[in-house]
Amino acid sequence: MTEPRLVEVRKNVLKQNDVIARALRERFHQAGVFVVSLVSSPGSGKTAFLEKTLTMMRPHHRVAALVGDLATENDAARLARSNAPVKQIITGTVCHLDAAMVENALQDWDLVDLDFLFIENVGNLVCPSSYDLGEDLRLVLMSVTEGEDKPLKYPTIFNSADVAILSKLDLATAVEFNWDQAQRSIQSVRPGMMVINTSAKTEQGMSEFCDFLVQRSRMRAAIAV
Amino acid sequence: MHELSIAMSIVEMAEEESERRGGVHVSAVHLKLGALSGVVEQALLSSFEMAAEDTSLQGARLLIENIPVRVFCPKCSSERQLTSIQNFSCPVCGAPTPQITCGRELEVTALEIIQ
Ligand SMILES: [Zn+2]
Repeated sequence: MTEPRLVEVRKNVLKQNDVIARALRERFHQAGVFVVSLVSSPGSGKTAFLEKTLTMMRPHHRVAALVGDLATENDAARLARSNAPVKQIITGTVCHLDAAMVENALQDWDLVDLDFLFIENVGNLVCPSSYDLGEDLRLVLMSVTEGEDKPLKYPTIFNSADVAILSKLDLATAVEFNWDQAQRSIQSVRPGMMVINTSAKTEQGMSEFCDFLVQRSRMRAAIAV
Repeated sequence: MHELSIAMSIVEMAEEESERRGGVHVSAVHLKLGALSGVVEQALLSSFEMAAEDTSLQGARLLIENIPVRVFCPKCSSERQLTSIQNFSCPVCGAPTPQITCGRELEVTALEIIQ
């Protein structure tokens, strides 16, 4: 038997996903839709946060959402209460969305009819970090009930996100949440990361968050021209 | 766990490359794995074994080169290697270092083939 020979290849394993994500991003830009994805642990209040966001933005903007649900979940039904168009992506046992799933889900939607598209990823702080979905902005959401050191436990996903959302702030006192410590954890894994304090229940920070999205989408539109 | 789908992509890539070269036997796959790739090495190794089963890659080894995170320190004006992905600050001067220069790699770099 001959000796093995080493041949150079140099191929990005996620190339297929990245190619689709890049094409999606271009489509989003051309259609003028600003795309925001959300990642978090299960039970972090991501769906309540998104439902409130959709409800508050819908009177002024054309909003819609894609929701990644495991076979056992139905976050899509909850989001539909906002009366915004919502489509469920059943991932089965797959613990993350990928660009091809997003592309498929968008097949019968006309993107030019939208101003903002939200993509709620499956509740998981590990797997989604590797997959670009073509989004403009990736939010990582953590609730005050999850502990201040959450970012240190999941540095990769926090590092891949653009903005951190602190949710369930109405419970901060009850769980003795230490805001400074949480801020230090976030800044340690992602220096300079913007943090937005919110409560879907009391609506604290929600209109500021919506304003922030509108501002970001205008910034992007200005760059695109 | 998304390591299985990643392992399947690696097997697929190696098989394509083998076919392109006239069906050579692939005995090992070399992979660069960044500390910020979001992939767990042990999980990937066992997934690779599973993914390779009943393919032409069965029995092939996955050789992983771990790539630490390197950042640019604006204060030192130099590239530095992070000591931990929990702490994005310069190991020399302590300045925050958001700018990553490497560490996200998930790349097949080479194959060992037997003709
Ligand atoms: Zn320095």
